[in-house]
Amino acid sequence: MFEPLYWIIRRDLTIAMRRRSDIFTTLIFFVIVVSLFPLGIGPEPDTLRLIAPGIVWVGALLASMLALELIFSADHRDGTLEQMLLTPQPVSLLVAGKVIAHWLVSGIPLVLMSPLLGVQYDLSWEALGTLVVSLLLGTPALSLIGAIGAALTLGLRSGGVLLALLVLPLYIPVLIFGAGAVEATVSGLGGQSHLSMLAAILVASLVLAPLATAAALRVAED
Amino acid sequence: MAEFFHMGGYGLYVWGSFGVTALFMIAEPLLLRSRGRKIRKRIAHIARIEREVNP
Amino acid sequence: MTSRLINWFKFSSPASFYPLARKISLVSTVIAVVLIAVGLYMSFFVAPTDYKQGEGYRIIFVHVPASWMSMFIYVVMAGWAALGLVFNTRLSAMMAQALAPTGAMFAFLSLWTGSFWGKPMWGTWWVWDARITSELILLFLYLGYMALRAAIDDPRRGDRASAILLLVGVVNVPIIYYSVKWWNTLHQGSTIRMNQESTMEETMLLTMLIMTLGFWAYSIAVAMARVRTVILERERSTTWVRELGGGEI
Repeated sequence: MFEPLYWIIRRDLTIAMRRRSDIFTTLIFFVIVVSLFPLGIGPEPDTLRLIAPGIVWVGALLASMLALELIFSADHRDGTLEQMLLTPQPVSLLVAGKVIAHWLVSGIPLVLMSPLLGVQYDLSWEALGTLVVSLLLGTPALSLIGAIGAALTLGLRSGGVLLALLVLPLYIPVLIFGAGAVEATVSGLGGQSHLSMLAAILVASLVLAPLATAAALRVAED
Repeated sequence: MAEFFHMGGYGLYVWGSFGVTALFMIAEPLLLRSRGRKIRKRIAHIARIEREVNP
Repeated sequence: MTSRLINWFKFSSPASFYPLARKISLVSTVIAVVLIAVGLYMSFFVAPTDYKQGEGYRIIFVHVPASWMSMFIYVVMAGWAALGLVFNTRLSAMMAQALAPTGAMFAFLSLWTGSFWGKPMWGTWWVWDARITSELILLFLYLGYMALRAAIDDPRRGDRASAILLLVGVVNVPIIYYSVKWWNTLHQGSTIRMNQESTMEETMLLTMLIMTLGFWAYSIAVAMARVRTVILERERSTTWVRELGGGEI
């Protein structure tokens, strides 16, 4: 059962490695957005430390949203997706594979970059650790939920903006618990409960989101 | 009467809420009616043309 | 039993639902006008002044019904969406489509009236309270649904894609609500008690109930009128609409 999953991931990773510029665009967007805030707010370290969790998280959320279109668009354009839907493998499994591959190339770089950005905001080591863990749990959930929106808007004229409108409200719980975990660590309360909620959201979206995405893909390719 | 509109000092807030709600709930059916008229006119128009083409 | 079943499916065709929708719409319009007129009279002349909030509390007679309707309509839309996906009926998707603008309007009105109530009571137009924030997100969900609907030209794809979005949305609404509530309790600064401690008088409750039923009838009337328009717009090239074309429609 998991063999097709492996092959899908491997295939998508190979393709992504040939188009590395996409990965860097997302990453650079993340860095720039997060770096803009001190310029808009002012350089006081106390203020920055206070708003850091929210800003890094919102930046990661926007960056991962921008990358969503890449999950299906290329395969939709050249007809590969249509062929994939005709294979006997369950579509939700294919979707899960594509989302995992997408997260590996677009989500992981964000996670790795986040401590550096946290340092810009003078976060403590402990808070930086929580930031990394929260993004590690949160960004795959964002990719899974976002894939539903990407499948629904596949091939539409105003795809990009529409995708944002559909997906951002659904991202709110992840944002609340992700930024909350870091904030709780900063204030000394400990972020364990937030992190376990994030893990719960991740598991739930891992089970449910591929089903909805598969249904949406069938509608789009019909 | 003036006292009624004054609403014990809350006039702006009470009438601001009720007024805007009334405005929306009157505007929505009106807009809907013009949308309905438009499509009905169009259908009648097409039907008329068809009758003229093949009576 | 079987005859009743057939009867229901008869009305799932737009052509046979079209005249029925007109009747429902007319009856609901009458009910809505009467109930809202009575409700408004009671709001201003029967319900007594609240000893704590003065006359300002009268805003709840439109605020609470609008909030309830906005939430209820979204759930009803999701119900129609599920029906449409299971039975593959066009009418279900049209019903969801017809309800959406009214639901979005009530969500907006709920925020608007809530803000006009908040200003004198809390001193600010906007507070990041859990309920207000959730209502705002609900408005975003309505707008997303309507935007997706409008962006898809093929009606069948539009029906099913927006149905999936509605189902995803309705699963997420409780999660969003509880996460926002949790977020709100953690940031103690802006906790607001919306339930007044003073017990509501019976006439106040009755007024609110009448207004809610009036809004309910209004929503049905408007949705039925809109579904008729949607049916005409989408079925304009079918023979039954053509036949209507010459006569009264």
